[in-house]
Amino acid sequence: MFFEQVLQQIINGLMLGSIYISVAVAFTLAIGILNFLNFTIPALYMFAGMVGWSLSHYGLPFGLSGPIKWWFALFIGINCAILASLLVERFTYRYFKMKHGDATEHAIPLVSSLGFLLIFEYLILIAHGSDTRGFSTPFTNLDWRVAGFIISIPQLISLILSILIVAALSYLLIRTKVGRALRAIAENPDAATLMGIDVDRIVPVVFILIGFLCGVSASIFAINYHEVSPYMGDHVGTKAIAAMVIGGLGSVWGAIAGGLIVGLSETLSIYFFGASSAQITVWSLLLLLVVFKPTGLFGHNAIGKGKF
Amino acid sequence: MSGYLSGVLAILGINVIFAYSIYITAATGQLNLGGAGFQAIGAYACAILSNELGLPIYLTLIFSAILGGAISFLIAFPVLRTKGVYMVLATFAIAEIVAGIILNSDFLGGPTGMIVNNYIETEVVLVVAIIVVFLGFYIMSTRIGLAMRAVHDDEAVADLMGVNKRAIQVSAFTIGGSIAGLSGGLYALYFGFIEAQYFNANISIFVLLYVLIGGTQTAWGPLLGASFFTLIPEALRIGDDWRFFIFGVIIVAMMILRPEGIVTRDALDRVWSKLFSRKSNV
Repeated sequence: MFFEQVLQQIINGLMLGSIYISVAVAFTLAIGILNFLNFTIPALYMFAGMVGWSLSHYGLPFGLSGPIKWWFALFIGINCAILASLLVERFTYRYFKMKHGDATEHAIPLVSSLGFLLIFEYLILIAHGSDTRGFSTPFTNLDWRVAGFIISIPQLISLILSILIVAALSYLLIRTKVGRALRAIAENPDAATLMGIDVDRIVPVVFILIGFLCGVSASIFAINYHEVSPYMGDHVGTKAIAAMVIGGLGSVWGAIAGGLIVGLSETLSIYFFGASSAQITVWSLLLLLVVFKPTGLFGHNAIGKGKF
Repeated sequence: MSGYLSGVLAILGINVIFAYSIYITAATGQLNLGGAGFQAIGAYACAILSNELGLPIYLTLIFSAILGGAISFLIAFPVLRTKGVYMVLATFAIAEIVAGIILNSDFLGGPTGMIVNNYIETEVVLVVAIIVVFLGFYIMSTRIGLAMRAVHDDEAVADLMGVNKRAIQVSAFTIGGSIAGLSGGLYALYFGFIEAQYFNANISIFVLLYVLIGGTQTAWGPLLGASFFTLIPEALRIGDDWRFFIFGVIIVAMMILRPEGIVTRDALDRVWSKLFSRKSNV
């Protein structure tokens, strides 16, 4: 009985981890390619979810339409997250190269992304208040019982979907021309410019990917848990940062492993030590890794060492 | 002094002290995104000492500063192995772990929080704030302050010139931790109630932003940054949500227009020369 319960917790943990995967990949892309700890990611995630909710609840603004079907609302939400992410690119990364001879100058994009985090979060709070909103989709209680274990089908699909997205992403990074340009920028932006890569035109691709990943992850969350809230990004964001560090900064496949490990350690420590112990477990794991093995499980040595 | 004004001044005092704690670390080029954790340590130390042992106020404050300093001294050795983004993440993790331990501990009140028996007036907060501001200026004017500036501007060169980089960074981190503990103690005594949920990531983010927007080059930065972001919203009398929205807009605009912060060494030199050497301009 004990082992079956633990096994069930392991399944739950993997399912929970699937939510963290896409967000962790978004973090790891920003830091791996641009050397930029992008704190707007939790806000973009929340933004996509809340825009989706408001469209499916109220419809388009200014009374242009009635409530929109849930899947289309989420689709528009994802696109809004992509647009918001491009806005962030315009006002943070473009100013990355400014120099004023100061050791904290590397913190400029980090600080302005914190500014954007506040802007998005409080825009939504001003518009919709701080309540948790129910998001209704046709999928409720779709559980699959295998040999006595309960597996939620939407969660299983989201896990597979997250892994497929990451696979597509790593195909993009390895095989395509854009991906090669991105990897060149990750290696050295100045050398990439000399090699004829138009850095200012390629970099927005990263931000489009970030917005897309956040939007997809928020949609998966809304479908699985049937709720969205202006604070949904905080929890997922901090867990995704932990997942990124565990997987290794800049490693896309590491982010998957990290997301699953974080989900697992969260549910298992809740099961063994009670509800609020998850915070201590996850963050102690992260602290130990950062101090003793900063490259994480699959990370690259060079990331986070140069300008930052 | 009206109740409203004294409330605003007390918050201003606590924020300024807290900002100096992060500034001392940032002045050596290290970003500490875990301020709330050290503040929480001070606040809970102060609450327990005055509730359980009935110590007088000044002793509890001294102990919360000492405990904050001692814990950050111990933490400094592993954390300062890291640099840049890793240090940001490590300090962030420490704040989360401290909050998690408090939430899990029945002795510390867990999620329900803790009532503090002692109480201080606004004047005490302000006096301590003034002392801390003077301490900040004093430290930056000593040889240690010079060494901190050198490490801040270029670690490698400072190391080559014989500055003991590691000692400077550890002592800056320790001083910062003890000032953060002090600000936590003042918070606990002034508000009379503390809970782990208050010391969250947002508090750490805000205080780091006060310092970076104020400017890390001179000791004026944290004073101006904290005062600016505490007083302007009160002066404008806008709602909480709009306050943080505008805060965000100001941050983004500042990073574009003046990324080195409001106060810089150059700007100060220009102001001083205008004020005190009019003859040379003729």
